[in-house]
Amino acid sequence: MNALSVRGLTKTYRNGVQALKGIDLAVEQGDFFALLGPNGAGKTTLIGIVTSLVRKSGGEASIFGYDIDRQLEAAKSCIGVVPQEINFNLFESPETIVVNQAGFYGIPRRLARQRAEKYLKQLQLWDKRNHTSRGLSGGMKRRLMIARALMHEPRLLILDEPTAGVDIEIRRSMWDFLREINRNGTTIILTTHYLEEAETLCRDIAIIDGGRIIERDRMSNLLRRLHTETFVLTLSVPLAQAPALDRYPVKLVDETTLEVEVSKAENLNELFAQLSDRSIEVLSMRTKVNRLEEIFLRLVEKGAAA
Amino acid sequence: MSIVMEQPGAHPQALSLAQIRRVGFQTIVIREYNRIVRIWTQTILPSGVTATLYFLIFGAVIGSRIGSTDGISYMLYIAPGLIMQAVIINSYNNVVSSFFGAKFGKHIEELLVSPLPSWIIVSGYVTGGLVRGAMVGLLVSIVTLFFTHLPVDHPVIVVAAAAMTSVTFALGGFLNAMFAKNFDQISIIPNFVLTPLIYLGGVFYSIAQLPAWAHRLSLIDPILYMVNAFRFGFLGLSDVPVVIAFTIMFAAIVALFATAVLLLDRSSGIRE
Repeated sequence: MNALSVRGLTKTYRNGVQALKGIDLAVEQGDFFALLGPNGAGKTTLIGIVTSLVRKSGGEASIFGYDIDRQLEAAKSCIGVVPQEINFNLFESPETIVVNQAGFYGIPRRLARQRAEKYLKQLQLWDKRNHTSRGLSGGMKRRLMIARALMHEPRLLILDEPTAGVDIEIRRSMWDFLREINRNGTTIILTTHYLEEAETLCRDIAIIDGGRIIERDRMSNLLRRLHTETFVLTLSVPLAQAPALDRYPVKLVDETTLEVEVSKAENLNELFAQLSDRSIEVLSMRTKVNRLEEIFLRLVEKGAAA
Repeated sequence: MSIVMEQPGAHPQALSLAQIRRVGFQTIVIREYNRIVRIWTQTILPSGVTATLYFLIFGAVIGSRIGSTDGISYMLYIAPGLIMQAVIINSYNNVVSSFFGAKFGKHIEELLVSPLPSWIIVSGYVTGGLVRGAMVGLLVSIVTLFFTHLPVDHPVIVVAAAAMTSVTFALGGFLNAMFAKNFDQISIIPNFVLTPLIYLGGVFYSIAQLPAWAHRLSLIDPILYMVNAFRFGFLGLSDVPVVIAFTIMFAAIVALFATAVLLLDRSSGIRE
């Protein structure tokens, strides 16, 4: 059974903007799914329709087989959503917010309090449980929204930019947490602008642009399609001009930084052999952008050109 | 920071829709009650102070010169109307400010993404308005006892009239909040519609004292019927038939509730 199934979904806003132009998408149960796209591509509209915050113009959508037109209550019971914008009452405490949210899903108050302790502790908010939420840091507010979405232990968790503005340490902790949730059987749909995040966490991916799905594949398949990768080399001795290397296009960024494009057909040993022959000593090496970012940009640029 | 899953999360046991609705409704009411108590200096106290001033000025100072109305002291005559005024204003204000605040702060989305149907959400907010109306009504009744005795001829009518009036205006507040785009728009109706209707609705006088044209005009004010039904419960006096008053309240509740649910279903002003 699919966790999410969408067929021919369209949305035209009152101002005439056509945000979705016939989306077909299926997300398997248990998947960790990345929904990527540039700003204004239609990601948040799609999530809004699935969570009933936006009314669709046409098409169908179902959650674990529950049609959102005919079985909306059952469909919504299966979903937990972490929206892009902070949308809890800033004058209430974290504990009140999560306990109330559980109540809206029919969780009795005693059980809700137990779960509040569990999830607020796991997300390191327990010490702040009685503080006014307005005083929480940005990262804490994001974690509070995750705790809130988990209170009814949903089968499908939708995260719209959950780590936006969160520092790298907390972001990585949140990744571990989400992996664990997913391992325990919760299907996760993630939208993010941190492509490293999507590449690290997700098994499947769809790229949406201009209201259409322009790519839908396994993450591993998509990454395999990348034929070249750009490496940035830091040199020990400054160069006046870029060295000419056989089969490796090279660009001198500054006198101690080289960018080298390596195709899948070539290996790095040969590159280093040629550099050694020219007495160029490499101190460090990194990829210029992560692989998913490279593919994403190419696909979106291709879409824009078309 | 490290986040550790202490215990792998199990997936939810099946909850019946009836349980979701029952617990969801209770949760909205508890949240509203907590809000009323949390900001009691804004929600409860002002009505007690206002009622005290009304009794001091209109009851003790001016009322002593007015004499009796229908054989009842002026202080006692205005008491039911003042209680009802507090119930109306507070029931309305509670829902309009709470629901509009949720809309403005976007936390209404917590309810909109939940499985609760619109009629439960409307009922929860309206019950919140009813709770505040009851709390304030009780407070003003206690204040009244410091100024005059308050006989209760028909307790059931007192409770029914207060509750139905409270629900009617709580629903009105909900509709106002649905349409409001800014904070100005949630104060226009209370200031420019409710207050005049209350003042002209027989709180401070019997419409029998008015000239014929004003008497006829007063009969189109729905608050007149509510105040008189309430006064009848206490004093056994009414300018209008109590049956008509309850019929109007019942019809208003049905019409406003249906409209509120329909609008929330269509999400006018909330969903895009």
